[in-house]
Parts: sequence; structure tokens; C-alpha cells
Amino acid sequence: MARVGIIGAGHGKFGRRSDATVQELAFEAFRMAMEDAGIERGMLDASVIAAVPEYHKQRSVAGVVQEYLNLNPLPTWLTEVACASGSAALRTAWMAIQSGLHDVVAVIGCQKMTEMETAEILALMGRVGEVQWESVFGTTFPGYYAMFAQRHMHEFGTTHEQMLAVGVKNHHYGALNPNALFQKEITLAKALESEPVSSPFCVYDCCANADGAACLILACEEKAKSITDKVVWLDGVGCATASMSVLRRPDLVGLPSAQEAARRAYQMAGVTPRDIKVAEVHDCFTVAEIMAYEDLGFCKKGEGGHYIADRRSYIGGEVAVNVDGGLKSKGHPIGATGVSMAYEIVKQLRGECGKRQVPNAGVGLTHNVGGIGQYTFVHVFKRD
Amino acid sequence: MFSWFGKVSFVPYSKVADFAVHLKDGRLMGSVCKKCGYQTFPPRADCPECMSPDFSFKEYSGRGEIYTFTRTTAAPVGFEDIAPYTIIVVELEGGGRLVAWQGESLTEEDVRIGTKVQVVPRMWEKGEEIKVYYTVEKPGTTWHKAPAPHLG
Repeated sequence: MARVGIIGAGHGKFGRRSDATVQELAFEAFRMAMEDAGIERGMLDASVIAAVPEYHKQRSVAGVVQEYLNLNPLPTWLTEVACASGSAALRTAWMAIQSGLHDVVAVIGCQKMTEMETAEILALMGRVGEVQWESVFGTTFPGYYAMFAQRHMHEFGTTHEQMLAVGVKNHHYGALNPNALFQKEITLAKALESEPVSSPFCVYDCCANADGAACLILACEEKAKSITDKVVWLDGVGCATASMSVLRRPDLVGLPSAQEAARRAYQMAGVTPRDIKVAEVHDCFTVAEIMAYEDLGFCKKGEGGHYIADRRSYIGGEVAVNVDGGLKSKGHPIGATGVSMAYEIVKQLRGECGKRQVPNAGVGLTHNVGGIGQYTFVHVFKRD
Repeated sequence: MFSWFGKVSFVPYSKVADFAVHLKDGRLMGSVCKKCGYQTFPPRADCPECMSPDFSFKEYSGRGEIYTFTRTTAAPVGFEDIAPYTIIVVELEGGGRLVAWQGESLTEEDVRIGTKVQVVPRMWEKGEEIKVYYTVEKPGTTWHKAPAPHLG
């Protein structure tokens, strides 16, 4: 099979962007990606826009983005699978190229979240839990992951300190990322003192809502090679789902969708977990990164707490994880996140990450979870 | 009538809406597929196994054990007035799990994974609108049951 390559990457500043509309955020990332690829708009065949529509005052956001980027009359469409919308955009762009329908496609993840109040966002996010039987009791998004955390602690002896160590690591690297929302280190002691949210979680277990955008330009193998010599190949696209109701899951110590998506992506790319040198995983809550180490096969189920405690996910360990700061430090503009993860892997595989560069990064991975694992996308990237 | 169920109703309609009527009568109902016998909680009208749309309600004892829990401090819209509250997932005798609030008979020490509990149907005391829900209580807790179900 011919390959699909990433030929350009752009990323705006994540944060409380009260200075910009969603289309203006999209423009920042798009402009950088097009400059990076060194192509003009006339080379593009289509765009795919990732965003979660409920957060925007503007209805049908793809239309306003497409206009502002001056991409009319090119085709566009929106992808939405909660926090994994960005990876779904990448997957559909990959499909459009592999089908032969399009040769060069722009993937734009963008989200404006701060148009809403925190309690409204909590209510909205809680409804990614099942609304008929669960949300009626006031379940929340942190609450669901907190209930996974309780099971993980119960079954494997994982500690809250180990979970918070994930946040300490991600802030350590986020401090080096100029696009991150929080560019500062935190200590375990400070994290432990933070306000409770949903036991065992406190504020420092949770990622922050943010505004932001990221963009990638994808091309078919032939065009990619003719345009640039710094192509990063998207060689494995794994996707799987699990029940909307977490009550109907076999267990609450991992995400079956992540395990299945990883299996498919590894198989498709012809790699094993041991080949992965750098990974971006979905650390919406600290325990989620611990479960990701296990679900992706970086360690056995139940060993994730020790994996972080032993610093095996730091640069110099086995797999450098979330060295852009992760959702925790970088911020989580939900439609942009999957594209942002892929951006970091592209930059890492090209060796352009400066102080947070992972040495010898030839194979990288993204793990992007929608909701509470209802959808997971695992993508494997390679550099020739 | 499904609008009766829970503190804030998001879906006031369902093919299993009578669940709320049974709960008001003190009965916790799952469903059984009339064709293949597939049993599940919470109830569903349409069988996921054989795709039959014919089901009947089946009463659950409400006995079970705590599967997981969390004490929520940061509450969403519509729940701020009862925060902080503890959400408990109960693994039910007979299969299936439910989400419910910690009841008054359970202490903080009781709220541990594996604790044996009783799910008890409740009616909201305040307000004119009917609101039904359930809480997680100590085993042996009793409650009022209507003499016979309104519905078959």
C-alpha cells in the first residue's frame, strides 16, 4: 500500500485566548503549517476540520473556518468524537488520500472553550457519560476517571502520589513548550495540597480547558516526496470503541478501546511497543496516562504506577511520554488536541524540539481518547 | 414519566419509561428479552443480542456491593446545591451495575470497594413534581413498597 505523509505542521498558543475567535485561532496554525510545507493554497484538495460543536456560539464551525482560511470552494467536513475529534480528522484525511479522491489535505483542529463558564463545561462534559441512567445523579468527567482511579488503586496498589507524579513530569516538560498553557514546573507537595475535585483527584490531577488550534498538511506518497524531504509517515491508524456507559465495561482499570486501537495500529505499521521512542498519550486526568502506559503495552497491566515512579516515561527512560507537556500542562482544547499530539510527534521525528528533543526518535505514537474511552485513536508515525 | 428519574432529567422519554413508575412503587427493575431471555440492568427495550424489541421488566433485589465510588466536590450545573456528594457504583446481585448516591446509613468508612450494600428506591420529599432516585444503604435497610405494581 502507498503511504500517507505529513508534509507540514503548525501549532498556535494554547490558553485562555480571549484575543481571538475560533477561526482566527485556526488561521494561526494553518498559516504555520502551510509555510512549513512550503506550498500554496492551490495545492490543497480539501480540508478536514476537527472541533466539538457544543462549545461554540457559532453553529457549524467548519464553514466559518473554511471561509476565513480562504479555502472555498474546496470540500470540507467536520469530525466529532469528543476529545478524539482531532485524531478522527487525521484518520479521515488519511482515508480520503488512500482512496485516491484527494492528494493533499489540510487537517485543522480548533476549539474555543472559554466562551462558557466552568460549571457549564463540567455539566456538558459530564454528559459524555450516559445521560439516561448516570448523569441524572450528577456524574462528572473527572468523577468518571476518579472511579477508574479508585479501582486501579484497589486492584494494583497504585497510589495517588504516583498519579500526581504524572502531572509533575508533564509540567516539567510543558515548562519548555512555548505553546503550552502552563509553562511552569510543579512539585509533588504542591500538587498534593491542591483543592479536591472528585476523590481521589485534586486540581493537579486534571487537565485544563483551553482555546487553541493545530494544523497538519497530509499528502499522498508521490506528492509528499516531491514536495519535501522531511516527510513523517502516518503508517498505522488504529481506532476502536467501547460502551458509552462505563457501567457496562468489563473492568474499570483500563480502556478496552485503547487496547484494541493500539493492537490495530501496531499491526498496520509493523511495529511493537518496544519500537516506540516517543509517545503523546491522553492525560486528561493523571490516572489516564498510567492506564495508557498499560493499554499501549509499554508495561503490563497494573504496573503503570511504578512506570512513572521509576521515571521510565521521562526522556532517557524507555518511552518519552508527553514531552510537550501533555494535556495537563499544555491545555486541552478538545477539538485541537489530537492534531496537537500529532504535531509534537512530527516535530520530534524531525528532530526539531530543542531542549525537549527525544534522542533517536524514529518511531512515535499518539493515543487520543474520546470521552471516557468510548473512542480511542492510536496512530503510529515513522521517519525514513 | 421518565422525567421523574434523577435530580436533573436529560431524557424525559424512553421505551422503558415505566422504570420510573416501578421505582416510585419501591421496585428496582431490569429487563428480560421475551425472545431469547437476555437479562440486563439498567433495562433496555431492544435486545442487544437477538435484536428483539419485546421485553418485560424483572425486579432486582437491590442487594450488591460497592464496585467503585468518588466524592464529588466540583459539581455540574443543577447539582451545586447538594455538593459535595458521593457517587457510588454498585455491582448488583443478578448482574449489572448502577450509579447512585451514598445514603445516610452508610458512613465514610463504609464507602469502600467490596462493601455489601442495599440499593433503596427513594422519592424526593420536597417540591410538587415527582422525583424518584435511589440511594446506597446498609444491608437490611427496608423501605415502603406499593402492594402491587401498577404495570405488568
